[in-house]
Amino acid sequence: MGTPGEGLGRCSHALIRGVPESLASGEGAGAGLPALDLAKAQREHGVLGGKLRQRLGLQLLELPPEESLPLGPLLGDTAVIQGDTALITRPWSPARRPEVDGVRKALQDLGLRIVEIGDQNATLDGTDVLFTGREFFVGLSKWTNHRGAEIVADTFRDFAVSTVPVSGPSHLRGLCGMGGPRTVVAGSSDAAQKAVRAMAVLTDHPYASLTLPDDAAADCLFLRPGLPGVPPFLLHRGGGDLPNSLTPLSPLHLSDVTLVPVSCSELEKAGAGLSSLCLVLSTRPHS
Amino acid sequence: MTTEVGSASEVKKDSSQLGTDATKEKPKEVAENQQNQSSDPEEEKGSQPPPAAESQSSLRRQKREKETSESRGISRFIPPWLKKQKSYTLVVAKDGGDKKEPTQAVVEEQVLDKEEPLPEEQRQAKGDAEEMAQKKQEIKVEVKEEKPSVSKEEKPSVSKVEMQPTELVSKEREEKVKETQEDKLEGGAAKRETKEVQTNELKAEKASQKVTKKTKTVQCKVTLLDGTEYSCDLEKHAKGQVLFDKVCEHLNLLEKDYFGLLFQESPEQKNWLDPAKEIKRQLRNLPWLFTFNVKFYPPDPSQLTEDITRYFLCLQLRQDIASGRLPCSFVTHALLGSYTLQAELGDYDPEEHGSIDLSEFQFAPTQTKELEEKVAELHKTHRGLSPAQADSQFLENAKRLSMYGVDLHHAKDSEGVDIKLGVCANGLLIYKDRLRINRFAWPKILKISYKRSNFYIKVRPAELEQFESTIGFKLPNHRAAKRLWKVCVEHHTFYRLVSPEQPPKAKFLTLGSKFRYSGRTQAQTRQASTLIDRPAPHFERTSSKRVSRSLDGAPIDVMDQSLMKDFPGAAGEISAYGPGLVSIAVVQDGDGRREVRSPTKAPHLQLIEGKSLEEEITSILFSEKGFSDSMKATFTSATTWTAEGAVVSANAPSEKLSSSPFSHLLETRAPESEGPCTGARDAVKSSHETLNIVEEKKRAEVGKDERVITEEMNGKEISPGSGPGEIRKVEPVTQKDSTSLSSESSSSSSESEEEDVGEYRPHHRVTEGTIREEQEYEEEVEEEPRPAAKVVEREEAVPEASPVTQAGASVITVETVIQENVGAQKIPGEKSVHEGALKQDMGEEAEEEPQKVNGEVSHVDIDVLPQIICCSEPPVVKTEMVTISDASQRTEISTKEVPIVQTETKTITYESPQIDGGAGGDSGTLLTAQTITSESVSTTTTTHITKTVKGGISETRIEKRIVITGDGDIDHDQALAQAIREAREQHPDMSVTRVVVHKETELAEEGED
Repeated sequence: MGTPGEGLGRCSHALIRGVPESLASGEGAGAGLPALDLAKAQREHGVLGGKLRQRLGLQLLELPPEESLPLGPLLGDTAVIQGDTALITRPWSPARRPEVDGVRKALQDLGLRIVEIGDQNATLDGTDVLFTGREFFVGLSKWTNHRGAEIVADTFRDFAVSTVPVSGPSHLRGLCGMGGPRTVVAGSSDAAQKAVRAMAVLTDHPYASLTLPDDAAADCLFLRPGLPGVPPFLLHRGGGDLPNSLTPLSPLHLSDVTLVPVSCSELEKAGAGLSSLCLVLSTRPHS
Repeated sequence: MTTEVGSASEVKKDSSQLGTDATKEKPKEVAENQQNQSSDPEEEKGSQPPPAAESQSSLRRQKREKETSESRGISRFIPPWLKKQKSYTLVVAKDGGDKKEPTQAVVEEQVLDKEEPLPEEQRQAKGDAEEMAQKKQEIKVEVKEEKPSVSKEEKPSVSKVEMQPTELVSKEREEKVKETQEDKLEGGAAKRETKEVQTNELKAEKASQKVTKKTKTVQCKVTLLDGTEYSCDLEKHAKGQVLFDKVCEHLNLLEKDYFGLLFQESPEQKNWLDPAKEIKRQLRNLPWLFTFNVKFYPPDPSQLTEDITRYFLCLQLRQDIASGRLPCSFVTHALLGSYTLQAELGDYDPEEHGSIDLSEFQFAPTQTKELEEKVAELHKTHRGLSPAQADSQFLENAKRLSMYGVDLHHAKDSEGVDIKLGVCANGLLIYKDRLRINRFAWPKILKISYKRSNFYIKVRPAELEQFESTIGFKLPNHRAAKRLWKVCVEHHTFYRLVSPEQPPKAKFLTLGSKFRYSGRTQAQTRQASTLIDRPAPHFERTSSKRVSRSLDGAPIDVMDQSLMKDFPGAAGEISAYGPGLVSIAVVQDGDGRREVRSPTKAPHLQLIEGKSLEEEITSILFSEKGFSDSMKATFTSATTWTAEGAVVSANAPSEKLSSSPFSHLLETRAPESEGPCTGARDAVKSSHETLNIVEEKKRAEVGKDERVITEEMNGKEISPGSGPGEIRKVEPVTQKDSTSLSSESSSSSSESEEEDVGEYRPHHRVTEGTIREEQEYEEEVEEEPRPAAKVVEREEAVPEASPVTQAGASVITVETVIQENVGAQKIPGEKSVHEGALKQDMGEEAEEEPQKVNGEVSHVDIDVLPQIICCSEPPVVKTEMVTISDASQRTEISTKEVPIVQTETKTITYESPQIDGGAGGDSGTLLTAQTITSESVSTTTTTHITKTVKGGISETRIEKRIVITGDGDIDHDQALAQAIREAREQHPDMSVTRVVVHKETELAEEGED
């Protein structure tokens, strides 16, 4: 189990899924999604994959896009991974539930223990689950209900699992993320601040908190691809398409974190955030 | 009603041992009791040992020889049972048994025996209840003063007078004498060596067990963490500490502050044995079975000094894991299991361990082959780790589990939804299913209290909040609520304080439980551990196989039945007896010495407790010959109700909407960690920590009872005194004005000074915290030297309910008449008491009570009994608007409004006819009478002293009426107990003959629950 918080971001592999044309075309629109520039979205997605592979040195697995699953690239909603365990979710949107199949297969092949949600009353979007390295917070949002949160608790029994009410259309991880093992990064919207305050009440652990101007910028990825001791990375949008959020992140520089700017403003139109566009895992979580 | 099994059971034992008719007769009613009384003397006579016994006690007697001649005359009035009891006590004293027992009591007993009153008169007295009461009182007085002389002089006469009784008595006494002698021989030396007299007694008792085994010692069985059982014999009245020390000694454990003994009250409930109290009283009628467990889980086990301590912690955690109390993932189960194997089996050895059947170990609640394989696989990787290192690794991993050290309690929220309250080192956690839905860190909690089956916490206003709020939870029953409360108090003290808080000073009429954690705090035990200087003790690690079998959490259950047989005292039968009967039984018992006082008193008290005395009124009536002493007594009331509305959030403005709550948290933690003692300042700082509570959560947390209130919350005023049990109101904030907030620190400090009875306030330690505990009441009273304290009347009228300080003011008047065993004789009276108790419990239908006096709201007449003092205090109804402050809802609260409150007055009379008789009998000649009144903040004490001469005997009677005004948070039971105790302390020579409780409760619109 390692040092508390040390497990945060430990990874050897990253899993992404290509952007289908349906995301920008009729099917996406039919799903209520705004029109977006498919090429730009695919470019953003490609850049993200490249950075994960080249900058961070991760084994990158890319699932092929499926036209029947316009939101397939947002595979962060389909699984919650901690250690050697992957909880396959049951997304709120019935249309998205088939997305989990491909992901399940890929994770299984990587040797993870797969946990399924059998309860038909449970809904759980993976991006409502925030793992801080020491505990879980599950956002009770439009997308995730109490039963879904319970299953998270049942699955990851070593950890405290607290529920955080999330107002509005966002997922919890769309409002806040982990900037480091002891740092919570949050947007400045009311919803984000409210969620963070709730988390502060619920936690036994002291976290520092960074507030960014943009909620979307709080959706960052803290990753530790190498061996312990190698400086970790933070993928964030502050240096990319959300420059206003760069300065507030600068303190993290001092903490020996390598900031890696990424952009995904086009994909964001479809509801994507950095943490929803990839799944990271370690095939040797306990080593 | 059955709560006080302990004492009852003892009685039973005694009776059975004696082989007298006692057991049979106990259950019967008054008529029989009377018979018993008559028969008692006979029995006593038979056993009466004569001079020998006296000689032993002669020392004490001599001391009091001065007092005197009157005793004989008085002795007539003394009922036979009184004699016996006293004699028993005497024996005990000799044995060194009761430290607590005042010497006076002992003396008295002897005197009584010797004086051996005329049975006839006694009977007559019985007939004439009123006379009896007076006589009794007289007796009491005399006994105290005259005992010494009587014993010496009157012995001969006694024997002569009562032929039959003396014979029996003589036998008994002989036995006693033997015992005592043996004690002297064998255990005598030890007795005085240490302060722990009890331990010595144990030895002595063992030695003399053949003679005394019936009553003196009880066998304890303690299931240890390795699954083995440790048994020992304990003196019946030994405190929990004695047993705990023995166990720790047996285990060779020095860092013992993390551990404790559990006893199983019911299949669902286990209670911690309080080291500071007698075991018997805690167990009631339960068998003396315990389990040795970790009570406070060290947050960082690596800081423990000794490996042996870590080993026991490991054993505990293995139990916790195997039983499912400590949930783990598969991987963690495997990892912890592998460390277990490494510690117990050493390095993995293919030849040796390949054949080991791991299914004999229990690594998880449900163990799969896959898990065993994983365990074995991981075991191989631990090569080279010593057992101690393996244990350390085990602990390092186990301590991070989210449920490590969390003591879960089932409860319901306001909507009746099942939740769990988890008490841990950092505070109180609220779970729904496995999900944590809220958390209250200790710094955030201002006050912890419980009432009936409700448990309340008052929390600081969250950030941006102005109002403190009180959140209620519904526990399965009263005892569960109390248990949770105690656990909270202990955890807070252990983990957050530098040193234990001193129990509130026993002041007269201090309301609320005085319970405090009395052990060492974590800080202290760590410090003490550094001083441990011994070679690492050798100990053998037992196979977890055994552990796994015994651990399922049910070991006790299995043993229960068999053990029950072993413990005669355990029988619950007696519990059904009326108090009076019990006392009789005691009398009959040859060995009842100590029991004498407890049995008689205990039953009554129990009743009270069962009712959860929400009480209020206490007046204590003392009767004594030389009352002058009594006058000195000053009754101080400690209860003060302050407005707590002060908002703690002085700093809130600055923090408002701070974008980084977490960092604030960090900032604020530092100061807090400096020391819980910082008091108000600390409190202020910690307010930073508070965050807005999400509405939904809050709703969930509100106690069920609060529901009503919640509904009304929307700007409506709630009358505070909703009646007993309704107390859940949320604190209204006094100041609407944000500017006024600045005064916060001062207000909080003032609070601390004015003690809120019945609550435990984590932050303002010594000064403020008061925890209320109803049970205390019994215990305290029982400790009293006097054989029988009877609560004769009790009225309930006070609003129990409001935690809000200003909110409901309740008037409490307690009349207490202290009197010796008289009560035992009259069953009817006892019954009434009993019934009253029950009724109170159920619905407080006081009016139906036979003897109860129905007091009007403002006035309680106790005319029925001459001795009883009428409480004519008008009910004080202070009210304040009570509102539940909801973080999300920011309701405005006006504090100073005083709604009209309906007041209900209930008078419940618990009387024994005897007492009545005493009160009503010949009144004699009144010599003097005086009345003294004193007032303090929340109480008014009226002392009425009368001196009369009757039949050549002067009698002094002191009646004290204490009016306690306060809100529902006051633990009236506690107050009453304290009042009685104080009264006794102040008038050691007198006995409490009557306690009348009159309670006035404001009626809430909702009505009582």
